Amino acid sequence: MTKILEVKDLELSFHTFAGEVKAIRGVNFDLHKGETLAIVGESGSGKSVTTKSIMRLLPESSAEYKNGEILFEGRDLTKIPEKNMQKIRGKDISMIFQDPMTSLNPTMTIGRQIMEPILKHQKLNKSAARKQTIELLNLVGIPNAENRYKMYPHQFSGGQRQRIVIAIALACNPKVLIADEPTTALDVTIQAQILELMKDIQKKTDTSIIFITHDLGVVANVADRVAVMYGGRIVEIGTVDEIFYNPQHPYTWGLLSSMPSMDLEDQKLYAIPGTPPDLLNPPKGDAFALRSEYAMKIDMERQPPFFKVSDTHYAATWLLHSQAPQVEPPALIIERMKTFKGSRYYVDQTGGTV
Amino acid sequence: MSDNLIEVRNLKQYFNAGKSTEVRAIDDISFTIKRGETFGLVGESGCGKSTTGRTMIRLYDATAGQVLYNGVDVHAPKSKKENHELNRKMQMIFQDPYASLNPRMKVLDIIAEGLDIHGLVKGKTDRKQRVIDLLEIVGLNREHAERYPHEFSGGQRQRIGIARALAVDPEFIIADEPISALDVSIQAQVVNLLKELQVEKGLTYLFIAHDLSMVKYISDRIGVMYFGKLVEMAPADELYRNPMHAYTKSLLSAIPLPDPIYERSRVRHPYNPKDHQYGPDEKVEFREVAPEHFVLCSEKELAEMQATHV
Repeated sequence: MTKILEVKDLELSFHTFAGEVKAIRGVNFDLHKGETLAIVGESGSGKSVTTKSIMRLLPESSAEYKNGEILFEGRDLTKIPEKNMQKIRGKDISMIFQDPMTSLNPTMTIGRQIMEPILKHQKLNKSAARKQTIELLNLVGIPNAENRYKMYPHQFSGGQRQRIVIAIALACNPKVLIADEPTTALDVTIQAQILELMKDIQKKTDTSIIFITHDLGVVANVADRVAVMYGGRIVEIGTVDEIFYNPQHPYTWGLLSSMPSMDLEDQKLYAIPGTPPDLLNPPKGDAFALRSEYAMKIDMERQPPFFKVSDTHYAATWLLHSQAPQVEPPALIIERMKTFKGSRYYVDQTGGTV
Repeated sequence: MSDNLIEVRNLKQYFNAGKSTEVRAIDDISFTIKRGETFGLVGESGCGKSTTGRTMIRLYDATAGQVLYNGVDVHAPKSKKENHELNRKMQMIFQDPYASLNPRMKVLDIIAEGLDIHGLVKGKTDRKQRVIDLLEIVGLNREHAERYPHEFSGGQRQRIGIARALAVDPEFIIADEPISALDVSIQAQVVNLLKELQVEKGLTYLFIAHDLSMVKYISDRIGVMYFGKLVEMAPADELYRNPMHAYTKSLLSAIPLPDPIYERSRVRHPYNPKDHQYGPDEKVEFREVAPEHFVLCSEKELAEMQATHV
């Protein structure tokens, strides 16, 4: 698989009146061609900041790249001048934002808004650009595109607006598409349509997608690989099956347990206690230790490195250290692990433990 | 005292009634909510579920029909004192914790506003003490009273919204999508908090949401709305085990579950209202398919559903 984007040891801080907020504290991941990488985590975990730092959309006055690099086609995006970045943004890497109500300009027709990146990045005249715009509208499933092309955002429903935002993002056939909670503001039925649309388009264009969400149901639906972020770091990364059926980090356990399942009868929903860490003064050891019942003494003192679970699966928790005691994950997680080959709780169809 | 705290009878809410732009946001719906129960109302945006909640609490005047609270018609003319008392008993928690708190008021004053209006506290120290108690009930602490809303996270703000609703000691709370703006892990915290409070204070909830998995978890009974009409109503487990109306089935089939293997095989059933093919003289009514399980259907459909019901 070809790597299309590499993020290496990225560290980023915001300078605020209260002091330096260490929003990203050493993030590493690769994005392969044609895959969907989901980044999950709660608000403030750094998932949006990570992607905005790739797009260089953070305010230069307060955000500072402290360390690391973002390699795209051999170029480090953290170092190139803004002028070159403008040629990449919206062309090679584009973004779909969360709220379709606010990410469109209410005073411009949607046709002009979709044409904007086409005219900027491709050497096309207006009528050719217009033709391409109508094709895009058809692609994202807006009926009657020739006429609706002249309409304004307020004349469309929320789901249609998100389709238009997707059309803008796709206008120049980007190599990387970053979707920052594209369906959070939408209904389940509309969400299902948008997810189907994105998967469909990915099949046609072979675009790589970084998909940010906190909805694990959506992750299970769209992702090939999953990165779980907490406190400005990735705590676990692996294929979607590895994360859902063989999770290793206590935070991933907590996240998976707090989703209500459809077939479980009345019982108290698991809630991760406490609140996310304050990144003004990030904790010394494992950032999740204070909220974790599995925390050991070393978690308070030293940040865990990534331990290898398989070739594609890594988790940053001291529990995987050879000297760590064996702990039982929560019952719900063990149920999940029973279905996963390679997990120590795997139960064979015939009933024997492997 | 009757078993039903809330009775909604043939409620209608038309906006721009009589004009060409008439919108039938609620089109003749009826349901009851028992004392101490949680009634979930689900449907996609624009189906009228929020309007129902807002009309019930008299944020809108109903076009027709009645909302009975403890046998008293909410919309009937009443003295100022009676209205005042009703306003205290029914409270609302809003969807957006960012927009529903006044950014220029301290948390202390936001929560105490209801206390002041209803004259429930004597003097400044009593007022402050009550607010601190409320903050602790919802899992915040006394230092938070002197801060402004922008200093809080989404989950914390929703807790402030809950504290504000609880301040006047209500019996009935309408929660209009209280968790849809929150993270998964925070959603669980808020839902657990609402459940605990219900047990402690004997509250009755109307829980409005589009997230069906969370609704099932918190509700005793669920009503499904589609374009201003209630299409199905059943106890929560029954609705999930035996969805009868095609729209409910479609809604359930659209929920992604945190289970990649299931997701790869999930088939979505889109809903098309034309599939019903009702004849011109067929009466489409709310009919009881199984005990406590109502579906909007024709007589023919009723027979089919009863035949397939397990």
